[in-house]
Amino acid sequence: MKNLLVGFVLLSSLLANNFVNAAEPNLDVNTPAIIAIKASMTARHSQLLPHYVSGAVGLTKDGFIAVKDATAVPLRERSGINSLVADENIDRAKLYKEIAAGNGHPEWQNDIQNTFAGRWIDKAQAGWHYQSGGAWVKK
Amino acid sequence: MKKWLIGLSVAAGLSACVTINIYFPAAAAEKAADKIIEEVWQLKDGETKSGAPTPESAPDPVPDAKPADAPAK
Repeated sequence: MKNLLVGFVLLSSLLANNFVNAAEPNLDVNTPAIIAIKASMTARHSQLLPHYVSGAVGLTKDGFIAVKDATAVPLRERSGINSLVADENIDRAKLYKEIAAGNGHPEWQNDIQNTFAGRWIDKAQAGWHYQSGGAWVKK
Repeated sequence: MKKWLIGLSVAAGLSACVTINIYFPAAAAEKAADKIIEEVWQLKDGETKSGAPTPESAPDPVPDAKPADAPAK
């Protein structure tokens, strides 16, 4: 019986430790993979910026971007905008995946994506477009 | 009785582990997201990154040069 009690105390202290660790989480966003994705996205941003401003591209509610109004782009740039958006979305998907995996919780990917979705829109500049419900809204 | 207690503690342990695995640090995720978004969109660099090393030791007083320069007229 004593042994059992000692075991139980050990077990509960171990669990308490786990709880302390879980209560103080800090997401690591500086793994080599994440740094590379950030650099790629930062470089692309200067090309995307005019499209956010013109309304050609908007922020989707699920943490990606989409071509909202291709007619806002000069004809000769229209093919470029699709690949620009596609590349950005590939990077974003990788980013969400890497943050989850890099912190040892691949199952967090969707939660991280949802968190980002809200934060992108929150930090978007006035005049940019984002998806709300099924419609595009100008911020 | 003993077996029953062992079973109970094992069950308690397992359920605690599940709780830990499910737990998603929403506040930490928001902070991380903000940091990355500010970097990618290059927002407010001055506020978030304070303590940037600015070389302020460059300008030398050079008191010796004064008397030579001053009486120019």
